[in-house]
Amino acid sequence: MEFFRPTSLAEACQLKSEHPDAVPLCGGTDVMVDINFDRRRPDALLDLTGVRELYEWSRYDSHVRVGAAVPYTTIIKELSADAPGLAIASRTVGSPQIRNRGSVGGNLGSASPAGDALPPLLAVDAVVETVSATNRRRIPIHEFFLGPKRNALQPDELIAAVHAPVAGGPQQFAKVGTRNAMVIAVCSFSLALHPDTGRVGTGIGSAAPTPLAATQAEDFLSAELADRWTGPAELPDDVVRRFGELVAGAASPIDDVRGTADYRRHALAILARRTLTWTWAEHIRRAQ
Amino acid sequence: MQLHVNGRLHELALDNRTTLLDALREHLGLTGSKKGCDHGQCGACTVLVDGRRINSCLALAVTLDGVEIRTIEGLSDDGALHPVQQAFLDRDGFQCGYCTPGQICSAVGMLDEFDQGWPSAVTTGGQPAALDAGEVRERMSGNLCRCGAYMNIVPAILDVADAAAGRSSA
Ligand SMILES: Cc1cc2nc3c(=O)[nH]c(=O)nc-3n(C[C@H](O)[C@H](O)[C@H](O)COP(=O)(O)OP(=O)(O)OC[C@H]3O[C@@H](n4cnc5c(N)ncnc54)[C@H](O)[C@@H]3O)c2cc1C
Ligand code: FES
Ligand code: FES
Repeated sequence: MEFFRPTSLAEACQLKSEHPDAVPLCGGTDVMVDINFDRRRPDALLDLTGVRELYEWSRYDSHVRVGAAVPYTTIIKELSADAPGLAIASRTVGSPQIRNRGSVGGNLGSASPAGDALPPLLAVDAVVETVSATNRRRIPIHEFFLGPKRNALQPDELIAAVHAPVAGGPQQFAKVGTRNAMVIAVCSFSLALHPDTGRVGTGIGSAAPTPLAATQAEDFLSAELADRWTGPAELPDDVVRRFGELVAGAASPIDDVRGTADYRRHALAILARRTLTWTWAEHIRRAQ
Repeated sequence: MQLHVNGRLHELALDNRTTLLDALREHLGLTGSKKGCDHGQCGACTVLVDGRRINSCLALAVTLDGVEIRTIEGLSDDGALHPVQQAFLDRDGFQCGYCTPGQICSAVGMLDEFDQGWPSAVTTGGQPAALDAGEVRERMSGNLCRCGAYMNIVPAILDVADAAAGRSSA
C-alpha cells in the first residue's frame, strides 16, 4: 500500500490528481474500520492529518467556514452559538474518542444516510467547498448526496470545507438510538428556524437512501409561521401534528436490523414534533 | 519512523498499515493497551495523543510521528500510581481488568477535558460546577466494560474529580 502525507492542501490536491484512487484519510473513524475488517484494501492512502488548513474554521459575512478535518470536539466547543444544530448533532456522534478524531469532512466523504452531521447541514442549506489541483467548486448540500454512500465528489477532488450561515434562530437535532459508541441512529431529524428569512429548514437521517430535506413539511410550516414570528405564542397542536406527519411522509425508510420502516416513520414524526416544540419555545423565549 | 511514547523516542520500521495499537503491543512491547474490538466500539485501546484520548486501533502509527503518546504504562510517576490508577484500586474498579487500562487513560483525558470546560451531550446550559455520576457515565461512554464494573468505575472517577476540586478550592 502506498502512503502519502501531504503537508499542504495544494500538495494534497496534486497527489489526488496523480493518484485518483488514493483514499483520503482524515480522522480514520470510518476508513480504519473498513481496513481493519478487510472490507476495503486501498492501494494508496492520502493522509490529510498533516494538512493544517483543513483543521481551521473561520467566520465571514455572517457565515462560518468549517475546515473538512475539524473534529467534532472542536465544533462542540467553539461553534455551539454559530452552528447550534451541527454542534448538538456532534455531541451525539460515536463516543468521546471518536469525536476527538472524527470530522464533518469524513461524514460528508462517507455520505452514509446515517451520518449525524448531515441533517443539520441540510437544515441550514450548507454548501460543500471542494478543491482539486485545477478547480474549486461550491456544491449546495442538497445536491451533494447521490445515493447510499455516494456523493458528488470527482475522483480528483477533496472536500476543503463546509459553509453554513451563522444561525439566525434556534436549531435542533434529535435521533433515536442510544447515544453510545455502539449504535447508529435508527432515524434522526434536524430543524432550523430562520426568522430572518421567514423560512424553516429540515434534514432527515437514516430514513432514505440519502439524508434528505422534508420540503413539503418546510413549506407547510413556513406558511403557518408567517404571521407568528413576531409576538410569538405557543403553536396550535394541529400545526405541530401536521408538521410531524409531513416529515414522516417525506421519508422512504426500509426495514432493517435497527428498525422497521413503520417504526422509523412513527419515530420521525415524534422527532419532528419534539424539535419543533423545542425550537419554537426557544424562539418565544428570545422574543420576550 | 519515530514514535514518541511515554517520554521516550522510539525508532521503528513499520508496515504503513500498522495501527498505533499494534505498534504499541507488538513492536514496543507495551501490552497494557488492549484490543477488544479493533473498530472503535469498546475503548479498550484508548491512549492519549497530545493529551487527548483516542482509539489507538483507529489510528495508523505512521500518521503519528511528532506527537506525544501516553499509554497506561506511562501514567505512573516514578513508581507512584497516577491518582486515577490509585482510585481504581481503592474502589475495586474492575473485575477481569481487560477494559481497565483503556478506562483509566480515558478517565485521565476526560478529567482534563472537563477542567477545560468542554460540555457533554448531557450538559444543559453552562458548564456544571462539578462532575456527577450522569456526567461521568456520558463522558465515559466510549469505554465498555464487559464485566459490568461500572458500579465501581464511576465512583472511582468521582473520587479523583472530588479530590482535585477539593485541592484547587483549598
Ligand atoms: C465506534 C464508532 C461510532 C460511530 N458513531 C457515529 C455516529 O454516532 N454518528 C455518525 O455520523 N458517525 C459515526 N461513526 C462514523 C464516523 O465516526 C463518522 O462518519 C466521522 O464523521 C468520520 O470522520 P473521519 O474524519 O474519521 O473520516 P475518515 O474515516 O477519515 O474518512 C471517511 C470517508 O471520507 C473520506 N474523506 C475524509 N476526508 C475527506 C476529504 N477532506 N475530502 C474527500 N474525502 C474525504 C474518506 O476517504 C472516507 O471515505 C462512528 C464510527 C465508529 C468507529
Ligand atoms: S480495540 Fe479500539 S476501540 Fe475496541
Ligand atoms: S473489568 Fe472486565 S471488562 Fe471491565
